[in-house]
Amino acid sequence: MQELEEDGILQPAMPSCWCQETKPHKFCPGCGHGIILKVLGEAIDELGIKDTMVFGCDIGCSLLSWDLFSIDTVQTHHGRTTPVITGMKRANSDIIGVAYMGDGGGYAIGSQHLFNAAVRNEKITILLCNNCNYGMTGGQMAPTTLPGMKTETTPYGRDVSETGYPTKGPEMVAAVAPEGAYVARGTIANVRQLKGFIKKALENQIAGRGISFVECLSSCPTNWRTNAKQTWEFVEKDMAGFFKVGELRGSEVKEG
Amino acid sequence: MAEVLLQGEQRVFMTGNEVVAWAAVAAKADIMYGYPITPQNEIMHYWTRLAPKHGKRFLQVEDEISAGFTTVGGVMTGRKAFTATAGPGNVLMQESANMAEMMRVPIVYVVQQRGGPSTATVIYAQQETTLTCFGGNGEGHRLVYSTATHQELFDYTIKAFNMAWTYRFPTFVLGDGYQAKMRESLTMYNPEEKGIQLVKPVPLLGDTTKPERQFKHLRNTYNTEDELYKVVMNNQRDWDNMAEKVVEWDEKGCEDAEVILLTHGIVARSAITAYQQLRAEGKKVGFFRPITLRPFPGKELKEAIKNAKKLLVAESAYGQFLKMVQNNIFGSQIEIVPLLRPGVGITTEEIVAEYHKLS
Amino acid sequence: MGKTMKIALAGEGGQGVQSVAEILAEAANEDGKQALYIPNFGVEQRGGVSIAYVQIGDENIGAPKFIAADILIPLSPRAVQRTREHAGKNTVYIYDNSLIQQAEVNDHIVGLQYFDVTPPNPRSEQPNRDLPQDLIAGEPKTASFMTKSQGVRPEDIPEVKKVIAIPANDIAKNELHPRVFNVIILGAVIAATQILPMDSIKNALETKLGAKFNANPALRDMNFKALERGYELVHSAM
Repeated sequence: MQELEEDGILQPAMPSCWCQETKPHKFCPGCGHGIILKVLGEAIDELGIKDTMVFGCDIGCSLLSWDLFSIDTVQTHHGRTTPVITGMKRANSDIIGVAYMGDGGGYAIGSQHLFNAAVRNEKITILLCNNCNYGMTGGQMAPTTLPGMKTETTPYGRDVSETGYPTKGPEMVAAVAPEGAYVARGTIANVRQLKGFIKKALENQIAGRGISFVECLSSCPTNWRTNAKQTWEFVEKDMAGFFKVGELRGSEVKEG
Repeated sequence: MAEVLLQGEQRVFMTGNEVVAWAAVAAKADIMYGYPITPQNEIMHYWTRLAPKHGKRFLQVEDEISAGFTTVGGVMTGRKAFTATAGPGNVLMQESANMAEMMRVPIVYVVQQRGGPSTATVIYAQQETTLTCFGGNGEGHRLVYSTATHQELFDYTIKAFNMAWTYRFPTFVLGDGYQAKMRESLTMYNPEEKGIQLVKPVPLLGDTTKPERQFKHLRNTYNTEDELYKVVMNNQRDWDNMAEKVVEWDEKGCEDAEVILLTHGIVARSAITAYQQLRAEGKKVGFFRPITLRPFPGKELKEAIKNAKKLLVAESAYGQFLKMVQNNIFGSQIEIVPLLRPGVGITTEEIVAEYHKLS
Repeated sequence: MGKTMKIALAGEGGQGVQSVAEILAEAANEDGKQALYIPNFGVEQRGGVSIAYVQIGDENIGAPKFIAADILIPLSPRAVQRTREHAGKNTVYIYDNSLIQQAEVNDHIVGLQYFDVTPPNPRSEQPNRDLPQDLIAGEPKTASFMTKSQGVRPEDIPEVKKVIAIPANDIAKNELHPRVFNVIILGAVIAATQILPMDSIKNALETKLGAKFNANPALRDMNFKALERGYELVHSAM
């Protein structure tokens, strides 16, 4: 963490692995991505893994993180970050590979990659931002859109009889991943806990135990069309009501 | 890590798929990623047998999309990585080939063409010519070798790794089901003993041996038209510069030929035999065959056909190669006679018969 | 230009024509000749006819497949139908006129996409130990020889240079063993082509089946006997 005060002016606290030149970041005001990536940055700083890390980001709002860190970064195609990071890790096991994606990338277009990476227990870390909709394309229904929730493609609310129920990713990964996996769901509404989960997910990879998967409940006030109060209510009540926050696998992994 | 094995020259008799696996070992490939599809499966079968003996790796993934992208990931870490596919699998792999074009990832693909469209046959075709040369939402910034013999499969697989890592464009070895499954002899060798220098791969990202390195941000997404234009035009210039250096073709007897037989890949074998037979009968016939389809030897073809009256274009597809030919000889008045047989082989007899129809 | 000998073998799935072709091509290669072998392969349908194309010569070989064969060997009534286009006026035509059996292909053959195409890896030790042995040996246990053959109808035999009928199936069944049927055919091919000495074929068989032969020397005798029997059948007719 850098000095907070510079020339008598209070500076925003930034993880040192964040790339200063590309700040401010490109996310909308109130977006949860910045919070997730900040705690990820803090975890990277604390573990000192910046130099062996490759950060991969998907398509969707997550791609806006392509120049966020002072870390080797590859921005891939929609849904393909998991295989790209898998390929890297398989070719050079010294790399700490982090795949960062949204719910569309992980649970829709790239779901076969997430599922099979979990089955194979790939020694990589996958962080998935769940904000209940496709943000970058303008707020369509995502695999994680809550029942009854209004989006651009469900203007009368998500009808579960037609479109099914929201995907519970961590539950799926936890169900199929072998011994050694770490699986959790955190939320931007509990940053301290989220950071603990992400750090454990990285440590699990460093220890070579197996796949590490953390879904992060996040916010999208731009597409939700919510004010600050409504946004937090949605994250803390509606989302957390449906998506249970906590560790699903590997909770015995010690915090570092 | 145990390294190679191939010493001196060895005459062997094997299937084309086996040849590819051996060539990848000879080229010092580090890792293969793959997904089963006929007729390329045995490349994986042989690689998985050979790989552990030479400290190399294999990963079987969930589909060809993943096979392509895991290979991209492997290449980015500075490893010689490759994959192989065919038909519908080739369709899926084009997504990764696109990313490799844009980001200049030196990935090597081996394609053993099968019948198309759709699932079609697992046997043979030349119907992936357009797809392999131009598949994707881009400009076809890639290198494609169309092989005809097992010796070429071996030579050009090794070359594909070298060219990919020299020019940083995705490189394809375009074979077919016949080449995959047939057996014939070839001479295998250790390229370095023959003075062929193997281009050393370097990490594009994640060089864990250099912790002090400057970090890199690699992307394939751009905000503005101008930004993209610059990147694409830069790639185009590099590709054009490469084209002159890597273009390859074979020609025989075109100087005084009235009819030139124009083919690529395995059909060139039928054409060369037809050429020999017809020449032996005193016919004024020529033979021309692009070995690189991307870049296409257009200038050379135009030069070769300038005195000829007819061009007999034969391919196991309905005009995919023909279109490339027409495009490249634009302006020439030569009469083109197509022999188009999508998804089936073309024998020497058929080319000779077609030739006789001309006069 | 030395002439390249073009040989096409065709039979029911399980008759082992692909192994015959493979051994033949390998023996020719070992003998210092140019050889090319290509199976026709596909998602084999139940009871499909399988064709093997072999070319042997002194010069580089052109196209892997051809229309007119120098030697054409269809081994079932359906193979006779299926290979019609390969019969030319210079073709030596050898067919099986046995009356006993015709292959019946089991259901599970469907979907075996490399059926009849064996991928041995001659450079590693026991490379195929982990592959299904029934596919490797070229005699997939997917066929049984149970049904009575209709026999080849004489009117189906095309016009060719020479026709030789051999009762290979009957001989295999009655004198030797049904499983050496294809070795009889191999002997017949050697006699018809006169392009390879018998010893090189024996060596090729030895390479391919040496381990089995050593475990059971009677097997070697049986195979070599079948080989010679096939050779005589055609040699006396040529």
